[in-house]
Amino acid sequence: MISPTLFNVTTIFYMASTLAFFAYLAGRNKNIGLGGVALAWAGFAIHTVATGLRWKESYDIGMGHAPLSNLYESVVFFAWSIVLIFGLIDAKYKYRVIGAFVMPFALLAMAWGQLYLPTDINPLMPALQSNWLLYHVLTCFLGYAAFAVACGVSIMYLIKAKSEERGTDAAGGIVSQFPPTKVLDELNYKAIMIGFPLLTLGIITGAAWANYAWGTYWSWDPKETWSLIVWFIYAAFLHARFTKGWVGKRAAWISIVGFAATIFCYLGVNLLLSGLHSYGGI
Amino acid sequence: MSTASPSILTKIQDFLASLRLTMALLLILAIVSIIGTVIPQGQLAPEYLAAIGGEQGNRYKLYSMLGFFNMYYSWWFVGLLSLLSLNLTACSIKRLPGVWRVAFKPDGLLTDSVERSATVCHKLPAAEALSLKEIAVRLRSTWGTASDIEHEGTRHLFVQRRPWNRLAAYVVHASIILIFAGAIIGNLFGFKGFVNIPEGGSAGTYLDKKGGEKPLGFTITCDQFTVTYYDAPGGGQSQMPKEFKSILTLTENGREVPGYKHARVIVNEPLTYRGITFYQSSYGSSGSHTFKAGDPKGGKEVTLTLDSQSSATLPDGSRIRVLESVQDVSPFMQGLHGPAARIDLTPGEGHQHLTVVAFANHPELNRQQAKENGGMVIDYLGGEERPYTGLQVNKDPGVWVVWIGCILMCLALYVAFFMPHQRIWVRQDKDGIVIAGHTTRGQETFRTTMEELLVTIRVNPGKEEQQS
Ligand code: HEM
Repeated sequence: MISPTLFNVTTIFYMASTLAFFAYLAGRNKNIGLGGVALAWAGFAIHTVATGLRWKESYDIGMGHAPLSNLYESVVFFAWSIVLIFGLIDAKYKYRVIGAFVMPFALLAMAWGQLYLPTDINPLMPALQSNWLLYHVLTCFLGYAAFAVACGVSIMYLIKAKSEERGTDAAGGIVSQFPPTKVLDELNYKAIMIGFPLLTLGIITGAAWANYAWGTYWSWDPKETWSLIVWFIYAAFLHARFTKGWVGKRAAWISIVGFAATIFCYLGVNLLLSGLHSYGGI
Repeated sequence: MSTASPSILTKIQDFLASLRLTMALLLILAIVSIIGTVIPQGQLAPEYLAAIGGEQGNRYKLYSMLGFFNMYYSWWFVGLLSLLSLNLTACSIKRLPGVWRVAFKPDGLLTDSVERSATVCHKLPAAEALSLKEIAVRLRSTWGTASDIEHEGTRHLFVQRRPWNRLAAYVVHASIILIFAGAIIGNLFGFKGFVNIPEGGSAGTYLDKKGGEKPLGFTITCDQFTVTYYDAPGGGQSQMPKEFKSILTLTENGREVPGYKHARVIVNEPLTYRGITFYQSSYGSSGSHTFKAGDPKGGKEVTLTLDSQSSATLPDGSRIRVLESVQDVSPFMQGLHGPAARIDLTPGEGHQHLTVVAFANHPELNRQQAKENGGMVIDYLGGEERPYTGLQVNKDPGVWVVWIGCILMCLALYVAFFMPHQRIWVRQDKDGIVIAGHTTRGQETFRTTMEELLVTIRVNPGKEEQQS
């Protein structure tokens, strides 16, 4: 099996990319910024190959299934999704600094998975043997990744807004490198416009799956409820711009709180609460 | 009581239709939903009392009154959802006419206020711009036919794309109401229940949530139930189940239902007939066992037969329950053979709770155990265990309404976010042409589109001066 090695290589690339973005943040050297993006994409390519191999290897040992079935596999896929969404936004808007606030999420996820989680390929229990597993996990995690990007951008927004208020922005520090607040606000909104429909699809495919497996599309189990909590928060975000007084900083805060809730929905529920979704004891 | 003054009524209406209420409701719903994820839902009172207690169960009483143990069905949570629906409906009724007018009944005039709110606005001196008529021709190929309006002596062109985008948000909202409606239909006209069928047995009823027996309207027979396991890494079988499978046959009025002979049900692949769906949900084994119990000092003997899940009382007052049984003990106990049952004995007060093995072919061992324990002599006369399949039984006539709501929501979200409504106005002023564009999304792309359009309507496209 070579996929484990490739996942390690991926982690190293993400680390290099993150470091490059930090260096870019500090030194404003265009080439270093470009290097950060190149490293991220290279890592992403290796990551994709590794995931494909792991999928194939699971068939080789007679328990073939998409590599999305336990906590390790989901964390690794989460990192993949974050890099993908970041890469697409970077390709479109070319605000390199964002990498410094988004790639750390991907690195963190990969490092946690590689260093602390059991990486074995497990057989699928009967309840998980469904194509809905693939659709459900795919849509949820792409949605989560978009929210991660939105959160990174929102943090930048708050830092930038603060420095503009203090009047230190013109002084030419690191923060002056950030895109203008208007652009950050726009990017935040854009990322959530990508994430919200994906999360909606994720909740719906989950409900459809539950209906096939148990005959109940909604049972208010903690995971389901938390996904709905996240959905409510981002629905509030979408309406914020139509409501006086809920724009700018407050919208950025909603986005950050939304991502905190997302992470709780993903990890907190499994580790702290009980329900249908525990990943077979990690 | 006098009638409420119209101003109060209007205030209430405005409040119900306000987006502030929407924000408040969404955030309140998000926060209170947490409660039910921390307090386990739908357990029995003693479990809660044990877990939270409080002084004389006061905390329990308070939580119970607030509906925390079945929170998502409590009056106040349902009330919040109802208020959200009301808010949604009121807001839509209030705004839809205006939105409809903007989208489908535009006056097409490039007024000052349109100019101010436009995404992009360019001004070309008369010498640099084509005539309005020419511009309309250029627009036609990419944007369609523009309306040409004469208003108070000024001529305006107007053309738009995807005006229906404006309705998308309203479809999203309607889909939420539709999903609620589907859930209500399911609750009113559907049911959820359960049925256990032993292999080879049949059932014509199911147990509803309250434990009542209800007719299915047809008969369901379990031909076979099997569990298969994954191979262990070193060869052989592992403990990890791979598949739970029931083979079922449906009969109605004594006749087999066509297409439902030996039908397969596994987890994630249920079986539906007449709107009732059967899901592979659990399994176990059941059977009946016969014992002979007698006083060790001789005297009267009794024979009793009991089901594997139930218990029975012996003449000496102790209770007996079957834990497991085998047709042949020899693989488990060296030197012994024949059927045996492991039983749980709960003697009367003052005696110890016991687990003993009753044998069919070794009465002397049974007698010896009785002597050691000071109870009755129990001989196993035999019995059988059959696997049964546990099926969840469901009927939900509202589920299609829910799915239609979900599909509509996804489509409408896509339209709302990624298929913007775009409009272009052109006005002939005395000193030139004003061209303005507006898009509901994707400003950058639209700006580029407008730049390109601008090039095509210039007299001399090579020149790069422009005023804006
Ligand atoms: C959970 C519930 C809700 C969801 C998921 C939802 C979703 C949406 C979405 C996706 C949009 C488009 C957002 C945008 O253009 O940026 C929208 C717009 C809007 N929503 Fe909601 N909404 C919800 C509840 C409500 C409620 C309760 C109201 C009640 C007043 C409301 C009023 C509006 C209004 C007025 C708009 C703007 C429509 C326009 O563009 O003209 N929404 N909603």
